[in-house]
Amino acid sequence: MLGKTAGGLYWMFRFLERSENTARLIEAGFRIALTRPLSAEDEWASILDTIGVRSAYLDRRETIDAAGVVDFLLRDKNNPTSIMSAIQNARDNARLVRIALTREVWEATNECWITLSDALKRPVRDRDLPSVLSLIRHQSAQVRGALHGTMLRNDLYNFCRLGTFIERGDNTARILDVKYYVLLPSLAQIGSSLDNVQWETILRSVGGQRAYRFLHGGDVSPPGIAEFMILDGRMPRSLSFCTAKIADNLGYLEMDYGQRVQSHDQVGRMKGALVGTTIEQVFEYGLHEFLLDFLADMARLGASIEEDYRFIS
Amino acid sequence: MGEPPKFFDEMRGQGDTPRAPYGSFYDWFGGEDLKRLKQKSAEAEQFFRRTGITFNVYGEAEADERLIPFDIVPRILSAAEWTKLSKGIEQRVRAINAFLYDIYHRQEILRAGRIPVELVANNDAFLPEMIGVTPPGGVYTHIVGTDLVRTGENQFYVLEDNARTPSGVSYMLENRETMLQMFPELFSRIKVQQVSNYPMRLRRSLAATAPRAASKKPVLAVLTPGIHNSAYFEHAFLADQMGAELIEGHDLRVVDGRIAMRTTRGYKAIDVIYRRVDDEFLDPLTFRPESLLGAPGVMDVYRAGGITIANAPGTGIADDKAIYSYMPDIVEFYTGEKAILENVPTWRCSEPESLAYVLDHLDELVVKEVHGSGGYGMLVGPAASKKEIATFRAKLSARPGNYIAQPTLALSTVPILTSKGLAPRHVDLRPFVLVSPDRIDITPGGLTRVALKQGSLVVNSSQGGGTKDTWVLEE
Repeated sequence: MLGKTAGGLYWMFRFLERSENTARLIEAGFRIALTRPLSAEDEWASILDTIGVRSAYLDRRETIDAAGVVDFLLRDKNNPTSIMSAIQNARDNARLVRIALTREVWEATNECWITLSDALKRPVRDRDLPSVLSLIRHQSAQVRGALHGTMLRNDLYNFCRLGTFIERGDNTARILDVKYYVLLPSLAQIGSSLDNVQWETILRSVGGQRAYRFLHGGDVSPPGIAEFMILDGRMPRSLSFCTAKIADNLGYLEMDYGQRVQSHDQVGRMKGALVGTTIEQVFEYGLHEFLLDFLADMARLGASIEEDYRFIS
Repeated sequence: MGEPPKFFDEMRGQGDTPRAPYGSFYDWFGGEDLKRLKQKSAEAEQFFRRTGITFNVYGEAEADERLIPFDIVPRILSAAEWTKLSKGIEQRVRAINAFLYDIYHRQEILRAGRIPVELVANNDAFLPEMIGVTPPGGVYTHIVGTDLVRTGENQFYVLEDNARTPSGVSYMLENRETMLQMFPELFSRIKVQQVSNYPMRLRRSLAATAPRAASKKPVLAVLTPGIHNSAYFEHAFLADQMGAELIEGHDLRVVDGRIAMRTTRGYKAIDVIYRRVDDEFLDPLTFRPESLLGAPGVMDVYRAGGITIANAPGTGIADDKAIYSYMPDIVEFYTGEKAILENVPTWRCSEPESLAYVLDHLDELVVKEVHGSGGYGMLVGPAASKKEIATFRAKLSARPGNYIAQPTLALSTVPILTSKGLAPRHVDLRPFVLVSPDRIDITPGGLTRVALKQGSLVVNSSQGGGTKDTWVLEE
């Protein structure tokens, strides 16, 4: 396979994942704005921080408010992380690697782009937001469904999956880091606020509120949430899960190609560090520091993969 | 019926009953509901958009991807008509390859005085770098798209021999796929020769010209200028269908005297490049130094026999519009036979007598730039305003050698589906021809382009043309 093709697949799925993550963040913000109007503005600001675009946003707009942030994140073409930009980038990459995709995956991606270009042509009104967000989720689910249902399980698929999990792991770590202080045990009064708005947002941002309740019942606690999102191997957006998936896919490539490269060692170390760790040890080390380390490791790993598999010359 | 049509209509001929090849289709159409067909037409457009069968229009501010409109009424040729056409095409393509070999070796045709020397010597399409080079397998034009027009029951003309990198074959294939999906019942009623194996034939044909250095199963790649090229869809489509890699210049490098592509496991040698970039961009070391589209060093590897380039560099000298008027001589010179397919009568404006005639008859003629393509920079006399003719007259007088003129042909029509039913529109035909060392292989049918505007004679997609599925009936 061409290095360029591997890179195109990897970035296509990074961008698709990014668009989904952003949609989920908007959904969480919108939910808070409806149910707890007083916290809304802080919430939008912290969403901008999570994606790392607060200053880019303030370059273009005066105030942080729902309409502004939603529009910026949904459809601003000057915002390279907006959903529309991400979908555009995903589709450009898909065109680049078109021959590596099954017809179903290509068509789902193209349809996703056509449908969302149309839905996001004009600013989305409040009352239409839920249906637009659900459309976005629906469209990216189509692409994912086509990927799982029709692609050969070979190196092509591995690069798609690497893009997905590098982006997802990065995203989950950012969500946690922006709110790491509300998860510190020192602030957790046993049984105090079952209704903590921050905890709820964190779970909603990864679409994990129901899964968490399913696993832990009513026992909502900061260490519980932190463990769920960092170490729980059953949670498909946790740092452990993403790291394990990256390790799996790099492992398949190692077997397939018969070559061991630097990224294999790196992911091995990352996985090892997570496996033996308890949430208490994470807190002891410092949650914020732990997350910063993880983000840096993830960025290095991404760069190594690009180099190891010759995405660019 | 009202007035007899001025143009030959391929469905109706001259009378009230349809011509034989259209008989079964006509019966079927008569039993169909116009509303259902319009609905099907809209579905076809949806299908093309979803599949991303689009092209980019050059020179438009908003570089949008556009669809080429597809008309659901097929253009139908009988087996006998096709047999005659394909014989003529084969003869012409054989002659073109012999001409190219000759022109880059002993130049017998120039010595014999059948073509003026300066027409070749001063021609940008003639590549001195190819002198004395024999391409692997002796094939110059691996893929040819011969443009044909029709003016009567038995009258066909060759309008152009596209011997460089003819495009449009993906539309031939997708048009058929679309028709099969929309109207399966038609294909069980009418036996149509298949086109869908074109990509496999292309693969076989290209592999047969692999250089000696090639591995047993030759590695094929399609070289594209990239996703912004107007025909990118086609490049990806063909690579996909042939099971070849789709490469760009920056994927390539010379490794151990071979052209190699950067893969996830290192560099891998390529045996045959089906290139969809023009000669001048092919190798920055040999041609345009600023080109990023080609592979530095590919010409050296090529001359050393390390790779096949399809089509070979320098084939443009054979489909040059100035050379075109000599095609009947070329066919005769190399095959010893008279050309089966006719050329359109052509005035070479470089010749003073012809120029005088052309200047006197601008309102009747079609005048083309010798090096132009895609319907750009041409004058269609009968359709032009006085002002347009005056402007063109000045351009023509300033550089007569840059132009040729032809009579405005009464192009045949085939009906398209409009909101009011069938309506005749002008068409042309581009069959696709594959050349390998031991055979010439012509896919039955080709791409029919249709001018959608009533009365228009310009079928180019960049100028409002559409396409039709082209059927060649089984015997």
